[in-house]
Amino acid sequence: MPLIRLENISRRYQMGGETIHALREVSLNIERGEYVAIMGPSGSGKSTLMNLLGCLDTPSSGRYDLNGTDVSQMDDNALADVRNREIGFVFQTFNLLPRSHALHNVELPLIYAGIPAHERKQIAMEALTQVGLADRVHHRPNEMSGGQRQRVAVARALVTKPSIILADEPTGNLDSKTGAEIMDLFEALSEKGNTIIVVTHEEDVARHARRILRIRDGLIASDERVENPVRPAGAKAAQPADTAKS
Amino acid sequence: MHTAEIKESFLMAMSALTSHKLRSALTLLGVLVGVFSIIVVMTAMRVLQKNIESELSELGANTFAVQKWPGVYFGGPDGFEKFWRRKNITFAHGKLVADRASLALNVGIEQSFWSGEVSSRYEKSVPETQLFGSTTGCFPAKNWIVADGRALLESDLDSAADVCVLGAGLAKSLFPFGSPLGERVKFDGINYSVVGVLEKRGTALGGEQDNFAVIPLTSGLNRYGRTWRSLTILVQARDQAVYEDTVEQVRGILRAARKVEPGKEDDFEVFSNDSLIAQFDNFTQTVRYGVAAVSSIALIAAGIGIMNIMLVSVTERTREIGIRRAVGAKKRNIMTQFIMEAVVLCEVGGVMGVILGVLGGNATAFLLKMPPVLPLDWAVLGLAICSVVGIIFGTYPAYKAANLDPVESLRYE
Ligand SMILES: Nc1ncnc2c1ncn2[C@@H]1O[C@H](COP(=O)(O)OP(=O)(O)OP(=O)(O)O)[C@@H](O)[C@H]1O
Ligand SMILES: [Mg+2]
Repeated sequence: MPLIRLENISRRYQMGGETIHALREVSLNIERGEYVAIMGPSGSGKSTLMNLLGCLDTPSSGRYDLNGTDVSQMDDNALADVRNREIGFVFQTFNLLPRSHALHNVELPLIYAGIPAHERKQIAMEALTQVGLADRVHHRPNEMSGGQRQRVAVARALVTKPSIILADEPTGNLDSKTGAEIMDLFEALSEKGNTIIVVTHEEDVARHARRILRIRDGLIASDERVENPVRPAGAKAAQPADTAKS
Repeated sequence: MHTAEIKESFLMAMSALTSHKLRSALTLLGVLVGVFSIIVVMTAMRVLQKNIESELSELGANTFAVQKWPGVYFGGPDGFEKFWRRKNITFAHGKLVADRASLALNVGIEQSFWSGEVSSRYEKSVPETQLFGSTTGCFPAKNWIVADGRALLESDLDSAADVCVLGAGLAKSLFPFGSPLGERVKFDGINYSVVGVLEKRGTALGGEQDNFAVIPLTSGLNRYGRTWRSLTILVQARDQAVYEDTVEQVRGILRAARKVEPGKEDDFEVFSNDSLIAQFDNFTQTVRYGVAAVSSIALIAAGIGIMNIMLVSVTERTREIGIRRAVGAKKRNIMTQFIMEAVVLCEVGGVMGVILGVLGGNATAFLLKMPPVLPLDWAVLGLAICSVVGIIFGTYPAYKAANLDPVESLRYE
C-alpha cells in the first residue's frame, strides 16, 4: 500500500465567471521513505498539489488516500488532526510565529497534539538539536539568519514524527550556500527513512531527490528516477550538527 | 480542550497585549471606567450602610428619635435650607413630651456636647472620645445597661451635678487597673466624678462604639450654653402595638408646642431604625439603577472598542492563524485563542477598575472615619461582567479568525 495515493485529483478555482484548472485529473503514488522533487513553471499547480497532499486544501474531485485512509471526504476537524499527526510543512517564507522564540515555534504542533509541557519541551529540544540549533532555542525569528529560521521550520516539521515532510520551495528565500545546507538536512532526514516531497524551481536542488515529478498546466508531464542523486560533498550522510558549525 | 491549549492561548494573549501597549491601554480604558463606576459606587454605598447601621444600633426596641435634622439626608442643598430654618428643639419641648406622652414608656433627651481627649490620673483616651448630655430616660431608650455603680439620677439632673457615667471602652482605657468608681475624669478642662460604668455593647461595628461618657444634660447645657442648640428627644413606646399611636401622640404634642399650623408639615423629623433602613434602601436603589445605566453604557462602548481591536488583530495575524492551522490547530482552537485574548484584555482592564474603584470608594470611609470595606461580591461580579463582555464582543472576531481559509491565510502578506 502506497503512503500517498492520488486518483484523478482535480482542483478548480472559480474566478468571476471563469474556471481555473489548477490540477487536472492527477493520479500519483508515493511510497513511504521516498524523496520526491516536484518541478514545473510558475502557475503550473505545484503549490496547489502540495496543499492538497498536506490536507490544507481539499480536491474539487478525485480521491486521496493517505496511509490507507480516504482524506478527500474528511471534515475540517479530522483534517486538522491529520495535519497535526501526519504532515510537516516547510515553507519558502519560513512561516514562524514572529513573537515566539525557536523552542516555542517548534513546540506549536505538540501543543495542538495535547502533549504535556515538560514532555513537549524535551521533544522540541531534540528536534532543534537534530537541525543543529541547540544553542539558539531562545532566539526569536528576527534574531536569526534566514538559514537558521528555515532550520527552525524544519525542526517544527519533524517534531511530531510525521509520515511526510512537505517543503514548498524551501531554498527559495536563501542564498545558494545556505540553501545547500538545508538540502543536506533533508538528505539526512531522508537517510533516516522520512518521506520528503520538495517543490523547487532549481534543477540542482531537485537533483538531491531520488525521483522528479514535472508538472505543466495542472498535469504530470513526466515522472522520472534520478540515477545519481547529488550527495553532500565528501559524506555519505550529512551530519546536520556538523553543517551548522560550518 | 486541554490545559496546554489554555495556557498557550493565555500566553499568546499576554504577548499580543504587551506588543501593542498603547492600543491595548486605550481599549482597556473603556472596561476600566465601566468596572470602576460600579465598584466605586458600591464600595461607597457599603461604607454608608455600615455608618448608618452603627447609628441604628444606638436605638433600643420600639424607640424613635425626634430631631430638627433628618437621620440621614440624601438630597441637595435646597432641602437642607429647609431644615436649617426650623426652630430648635429645646429642653422645654423635651420636658413637655416627657410629661404628656402617656403612651411612652420612657422619654430621654440628649445632646452631644463635645469630643476630644479625656484624661484620668492614669491614662489619656483617644482624641475622638464623645461627651453626651442625657436625661435619665436615655438609658433605657438607648439600651444602656449599667454594669457597675449607678445610672444618672433625677437628682443629678436637678442639681446639674459634675458626675459622669463611662462607656465600657472608655472606662477600660482610662482605668486599666481598677474600678473607676469615685475617680475623677477630666473632659474639656473640667473634672467629673465617675458614678457608673456601662456594659459593653456589641462589638460587631468596631471598638469605637463604647468610647463615650454621659453627663447630666443640665450640666452640659449650663456649661456649653442653651441657645443655638437643638436637642434630640428619644421616645420608647410601651410596646410594638402602641408604637404608631405613640409617634402620633408625640407629634401632636410637639406640633402644638411649636405652633405648627394645621395642614402644614411637621417642622421636625421623626425616625426609627425601620424608617432609616427604608430611607436608605430607597436611596441605594436609585443609586443602583443609576450605576447600572452608566456602567452598562461604558461597558457596551468598551465592548465595541474591543471587538474593533480584535478585528484589527485578526487581520494583522492572518498568517499566524494560517501557521497554526497548518500545524494542526482546529477551528475551535483558533476560536478559543481569540476569545481568550478578548477576555484577558477585558480582565486586565477589569482588575484595574476594581482596584481603583475600591480605593476610590473607600475615600468615603476615610471621610467618615470608618474602617475601609472590601466589597468582594461586587469585585467578583465586576470581573465576571468583564469576562462576559470579552466573550460577547470577542466571539465575532474569533469566529472570523477560525473560519479563515488556511491556504489563503498562509499566503497573506
Ligand atoms: N486561490 C486561488 N484562486 C484562484 N486561482 C488560484 C488560486 N490559487 C492558485 N490559483 C491558480 O492556480 C494555478 C496554480 O497555482 P499554484 O500556486 O499551484 O502554482 P505554482 O506552480 O505553485 O506556481 P509558483 O511556482 O509561482 O509558486 C495558477 O494559475 C494560479 O493562478
Ligand atoms: Mg507555488
